[in-house]
Amino acid sequence: MIDITYHHALLNNIFTMPIWYLRHDTRDALLDLITRLAAVADQFLKECLQMLVNNFTSPGSLGAFIDQPRWLARKKEIYSQLHGSLRMISDTVPLAPRMLKDIIDRSMPKLFDNKAKMVSFVECMLGLDNDRMGDLIGALLLAKVMDLLTELDVNISWEDVLQEEHNKGIFDMEIEDLDEDDDSLGKACFGGNACAEKLDGLMVVVCEHLKSCAEHGRLSKEFDILKTIFRASVLRVHKSKFAQFIMFYACSLDPEICGLEFALFLTDIFTKKEEDPISRMSAVSYVGSYLSRARFISADTVVGVLKRLVDWCVDYCDFQNKIGMSTKPINHQIFYSSCQTIMYILCFRLRSIMEYPNLKSQLFNMPFGYILTHPLEPLKVCLPPIVKEFLRQAKAARLDMFFPFDPYLLKESDRYMRPNFEFWSMVKTTYGNHNGDDDEFADLDAPEMNVGSLDDQVEIDFNSDDDLEYSMNKMSITPHRTFYHPMAMNSDAGLSMPAKIRPSVSPPL
Amino acid sequence: MEALREAVAELTVYVHPSNAADVRRAVARQLSALLFSYEDRFDGVLLAHEVTVEGDQAKILNGLVPYFGVPVHANLLLYSPQPDMILEGKVELLGKESIHAIVLGVFSAAIMSDDIREKFKFKRKGDGGKFISWTDKQHVIRKGSMIRFSVKRVDTEMNCHITGSLIPPHTGSMIWLSIHDAEFAPEINSGKKRSSNIGIKIEQNEQDHRTDDVPFQAKRAAAWYHISMHSLILIQVLTAIAYSNSVEELERRDPNASHA
Repeated sequence: MIDITYHHALLNNIFTMPIWYLRHDTRDALLDLITRLAAVADQFLKECLQMLVNNFTSPGSLGAFIDQPRWLARKKEIYSQLHGSLRMISDTVPLAPRMLKDIIDRSMPKLFDNKAKMVSFVECMLGLDNDRMGDLIGALLLAKVMDLLTELDVNISWEDVLQEEHNKGIFDMEIEDLDEDDDSLGKACFGGNACAEKLDGLMVVVCEHLKSCAEHGRLSKEFDILKTIFRASVLRVHKSKFAQFIMFYACSLDPEICGLEFALFLTDIFTKKEEDPISRMSAVSYVGSYLSRARFISADTVVGVLKRLVDWCVDYCDFQNKIGMSTKPINHQIFYSSCQTIMYILCFRLRSIMEYPNLKSQLFNMPFGYILTHPLEPLKVCLPPIVKEFLRQAKAARLDMFFPFDPYLLKESDRYMRPNFEFWSMVKTTYGNHNGDDDEFADLDAPEMNVGSLDDQVEIDFNSDDDLEYSMNKMSITPHRTFYHPMAMNSDAGLSMPAKIRPSVSPPL
Repeated sequence: MEALREAVAELTVYVHPSNAADVRRAVARQLSALLFSYEDRFDGVLLAHEVTVEGDQAKILNGLVPYFGVPVHANLLLYSPQPDMILEGKVELLGKESIHAIVLGVFSAAIMSDDIREKFKFKRKGDGGKFISWTDKQHVIRKGSMIRFSVKRVDTEMNCHITGSLIPPHTGSMIWLSIHDAEFAPEINSGKKRSSNIGIKIEQNEQDHRTDDVPFQAKRAAAWYHISMHSLILIQVLTAIAYSNSVEELERRDPNASHA
């Protein structure tokens, strides 16, 4: 009878054996042993599960080779064997998944682990999300992954994403030198650049997982879980940069159902009085950016959501009229956010809506004027320069602005988002055919600052010769690199208003 | 099943103030957090609970967070296997050295080769193998068979894993026992009376097929199967509910109230 204490050395050998070096038959035999050992007694169960989870990632020395083609096939084989063993253990010991999720939780890669390890672990982990195991712990696994994505996301600063390539080398060198046991977080993720790369890699993994869910018809169930996770983890994250694109991609896989569901879900959060203000403002920012940027959303969905937003704004204005409102902008942030969202959506979608007569008439029936000329709100019926103008005023009013679905900047996983993403350069507006090179609207572009503490004005001349990048960055709040180098900028250069627009009437602060 | 018992408990469940709007739900969630874990105070594993909140007064605790203690009357379904009890389980995995079965669809049991009667020979051919008794070729234990075994040891520390034995009398494959075991077969009759709905349906079926050649006892064995399958399904549903609580955790990461 094997005892866990007396035969510790023997058991230790079994449990610490990495299966990655073994041949197929040996691996099979070892995994069979582990499976049976797990079924024999509870005391071995934990160790067996831990051993399998440890093998989610290849041993350190393989790290450099793991992306080579010959290892790729073996990796897939190993993953499927691991999944098979875990499934077998879960069949013989039905309560094992409960223990497994705790073990996975403890073994999850940390922020400062290297990219290959992270990607490998998450890929293997998400492979568990099917069949019975998926029903039991799939939601929790997905939540853990999203938490990791969000954590990486918030550790990226804009500097790191936009900075020149030459900086990358330095960070990479230093990361490799890091001992894996080093747990000083501050030092470890100094290159937000490194975080960006890791996030990029993980986004690829999660997108592939969602794609395979869609192929196996499990997308709507997965999407329900994602919505809950989004609500709990991502919605309230301040200036989340890329993690939310998981939702974007999931919606693109099934525009009619998931795509629509997401828009309605966000709108519901915004309109519900019981929700807290931050969630509501965030939700309306999300819906604005989403409807503007998601090519797969139909015009009538957009009009439907617009109607709800407008109705809400009208009710709000009416209510303010009734009670005698205060003019302090800080009290009406939700209202301003929703006006802004409405204008933002219209900037992108107005032209396409106009093509449908029934939608066009619906749109014209909406009381935009009432809302935008309401004493609460200094804006006129919007043309893009007015939006820009509003941004300027919003900055003065210290309104925080956040467009979550601004152009996606991570390189590897970009291929999942790009086909579905509406760049400003491609948007047809109502006043002209193409707004790319028109000087009059050259001001309507990328580098609008977020928090209103900045008086630095943005330099329109990009250093890069890449016109495509220039036009793509329009209508985005991603800060331009010159933001960080105020000396380089002409401090007199401001966003000048085209002469033909009337000066705005901002409420005095 | 010997190990199942109902118990009545008077509990005090401490609820976090944030749940004051829906106390009943908070209490149910508290108790659900205990599902499928061995609890010393219950002396068994909690499988199901039915809760009534008594009265509308609760004592507020002193301290940093003012939890309030709700008096609760609970009907509990407990699973407390003891050594020498006879349990039934479905075989999930077979090997030359061991048989692994699942009791109530949730608890694992292992029977090692030392505890399997010598008359059982393991045949490896196809389907994961099977154990056949050389005294009676009809007595077969394969994957999916329901077996009766006695409890040798219970490991209450983690998942209530059972080490069992097929040596004592009246153990083995249930189908075979229901036909050949004179002592066991009558139990099926009492089993039928226990759950009346199913019993009545099967009685009618049996009357319809009385002219068949199949032995009457085998029909009764089939009836017993239905009953135990029914409870298996029930327990599996309970499992799903318990795990779905974890999805609720995603929705509301409430601070958990302390245990009763």
